[in-house]
Amino acid sequence: MEVADGTPLKKSLARSLRKEKLRALALIAPLLIFVLVTFVLPIGTMLTRSIDNSIVEEILPRTVLALEDWNEKGDELPNEMVFRSFVEDFQDAIADKNHTKIGSRLNYEVSGMSSLFRKSARKVKKWDLTDNAPIKQKLIEVNKAWGDVETWAVIKTHSVALTNGYFLNAVDMQRTPFGAQAQPENKQVLVKLFIRTLKMSLIITGMCILLGYPVAWLLANLSNRTSNLLLILVLLPFWTSLLVRTSAWKVMLQNQGVINDLLVWIGLITDDSRLEIINNQFGTIVAMTHILLPFMILPMYSVMKTIPPSYLRAAKSLGATNWTAFWRVYFPQSVPGIGAGSILVFILAIGYYITPEIVGGTDGIFISNRIAYHISSSLNWGLASALGAILLGVVLILYWVYDKIVGIDNVKLG
Amino acid sequence: MGTREPSLALDETNNAFVRFDRVQKSYDGESLVVKDLNLDIPKGEFLTMLGPSGSGKTTCLMMLAGFETATHGEILLDGVSINNIPPHKRGIGMVFQNYALFPHMTVAENLSFPLEVRNMGKSEREAKVKRALDMVEMGDFGGRRPAQLSGGQQQRIALARALVFEPELVLMDEPLGALDKQLREKMQFEITRLAHNLGITVVYVTHDQTEALTMSDRVAVFNDGVIQQLARPDMLYERPDNSFVAQFIGENNTLEGTVKSLTDDTAVVELDGGLQLQCEPINVDNVGQRTRVSVRPERAELNLNNLSQDACTLTGTVQEFIYMGDIFRTRISVAGCDDFIIKTPNSPNQKRLSPGQNVKFGLNKKDCRALDP
Ligand SMILES: Nc1ncnc2c1ncn2[C@@H]1O[C@H](COP(=O)(O)OP(=O)(O)OP(=O)(O)O)[C@@H](O)[C@H]1O
Ligand SMILES: [Mg+2]
Repeated sequence: MEVADGTPLKKSLARSLRKEKLRALALIAPLLIFVLVTFVLPIGTMLTRSIDNSIVEEILPRTVLALEDWNEKGDELPNEMVFRSFVEDFQDAIADKNHTKIGSRLNYEVSGMSSLFRKSARKVKKWDLTDNAPIKQKLIEVNKAWGDVETWAVIKTHSVALTNGYFLNAVDMQRTPFGAQAQPENKQVLVKLFIRTLKMSLIITGMCILLGYPVAWLLANLSNRTSNLLLILVLLPFWTSLLVRTSAWKVMLQNQGVINDLLVWIGLITDDSRLEIINNQFGTIVAMTHILLPFMILPMYSVMKTIPPSYLRAAKSLGATNWTAFWRVYFPQSVPGIGAGSILVFILAIGYYITPEIVGGTDGIFISNRIAYHISSSLNWGLASALGAILLGVVLILYWVYDKIVGIDNVKLG
Repeated sequence: MGTREPSLALDETNNAFVRFDRVQKSYDGESLVVKDLNLDIPKGEFLTMLGPSGSGKTTCLMMLAGFETATHGEILLDGVSINNIPPHKRGIGMVFQNYALFPHMTVAENLSFPLEVRNMGKSEREAKVKRALDMVEMGDFGGRRPAQLSGGQQQRIALARALVFEPELVLMDEPLGALDKQLREKMQFEITRLAHNLGITVVYVTHDQTEALTMSDRVAVFNDGVIQQLARPDMLYERPDNSFVAQFIGENNTLEGTVKSLTDDTAVVELDGGLQLQCEPINVDNVGQRTRVSVRPERAELNLNNLSQDACTLTGTVQEFIYMGDIFRTRISVAGCDDFIIKTPNSPNQKRLSPGQNVKFGLNKKDCRALDP
């Protein structure tokens, strides 16, 4: 097809639409930039940080080069050339005040590296290298650790610019001269933590479904006035601080807390066998179920609100008992609400931080608490990023699985 | 309130299939939505509840289906009180106004549902579903979802679903309300055909009077929670018992006046315009009482030679003449009434009147019904 002047119709249509598209794009540009800056950028940085390892190469360039010819799998120390390059690099780093950075980077892999670098720096700083005197023995005299093959092997294995080391660490493995290997048993915590996070998030989601469904049903079926009042009660928690609510649970559940006092008072338990219901998994589940419940109720409610009561009546008039009518007719139609609520609660739960931190004790904490620890205490941001990336991956996979099973079109968020 | 037709009166001891016995209903404890309802429906009858919005029709149907409880009185089905029987045990088929087809099931699954809950075997179920679908001429649609059907098709499926478990009583609450006129007329015909073929008893609710008149064996006209008249459609139109029914069913002329004299079969009414008119005394008891005389528009006779002896002749002024194709509609002012309508058939020798013209017409006594004021 062609238009009057001979240009193909498709082309001329595209040309006439281009201007409109550009204008539309210009209109949403501020929003687009905002999303880019606040959403895509941080996630992108996180993902790059989880594999970025250029720091070793930048601070110790000559050493890395010299180490290339050395066999880290053998038990011979690197030669004089390597030691000299290292001391040169080290002195430059000290001058730039970079030597602690490389120390802490390597300390993630082998503890003691940080102090080794810090202590050695004081002496190496003043050395004069112009006389070409042998330096290997001199450095080993400063600290015996420089005479260990392992020290140099660690530098070499972690000298690549892009590393899988953080991801290996995130799944309880490590990068060694002999390839990826499992961490020593006493350091294997993260996989367990991931599994616990998933398991507890599932339990919390399940609890929210059990508790939320009847409430949502009530909301959808009561008279408008009553249901509005009830809805305010459901939303009330949103108006109080998360910290306050979590702390309230602490008061409720602790050893000398309200629940325990009550149980002792009515004689169900004795004073010296008070229940441990806080600072463990139980406490986390209770508090998080409470905090996430509104996110389950609201999507359920909005779906149930659209199911006319005439369906139930029709089912009963066709001979179904109350239960059959509910189970065969009402429930299937409310499934999209359950789906939406579950996704919401599960994804929120899997990345939750504050509540497990406060009421979780040691065995009730989540992977995000570990991430927070690596970000603010151990300062191992690479590992934190790798953990975050894995968490993101898990959520995306679950979302995909959910889409395959339930169908994302079946989800109504309002 | 009963009907005047002796052949339709049900004797007290008979076996009415459905019986409302002094039923009352109040939702709020302050006002009665249904007031003292007595209604007997014999087996196989097509009974329509007709009335303006809010007159309590749906409420009556819901009480019969078991979704509302009667505040007072008893409802009997086949001689048994069903007040305490839950809806799913009543075995009453029901067609809802919005069809209420289950959206997550296919058409066949919808139809199969009532059979499943009755624990019917699979092969028997399939046979019945197929028969029901064929009955409403929807045999090829079993695999579709309700959302993939047109309004009329959904209607048929709702009907088939209400009939598939072979109930003896089927309730329908404005089942055709959402359809266009043409489809509605077609479905009206099909519903009556099916009901008669299957010999089921139908209680049908509508506020469309043509629907009520064309489909029903009897019509119960509701107003304000009370049955105003229960009668065959033709009786309802030609012999309304009171002004409400006369006004509500069909087009009606009302002439107001006072009863001058009264015998058993004639009431002479002095109209407010000064004329005297001989009427059938329907709802008047005393001389001097105010009354409304009801006259159907097509009963005014312009050809004075056709009148019987007890007819009265009136003179009016033509206000408006409307050509409506098959009929002429003439608005006349007469005897203090400005909108007296006369309908005349469009026949070759029918004269066409023009506004301002004086016109003489006659009213036979049997067509003038003196009703309550
Ligand atoms: N669930 C209810 N609660 C309170 N009042 C109700 C309820 N259902 C109906 N009513 C009232 O009862 C009266 C009769 O209602 P009903 O639904 O029976 O009328 P209807 O004759 O079916 O009218 P329509 O032709 O509009 O459907 C109305 O005044 C209505 O407001
Ligand atoms: Mg109604």
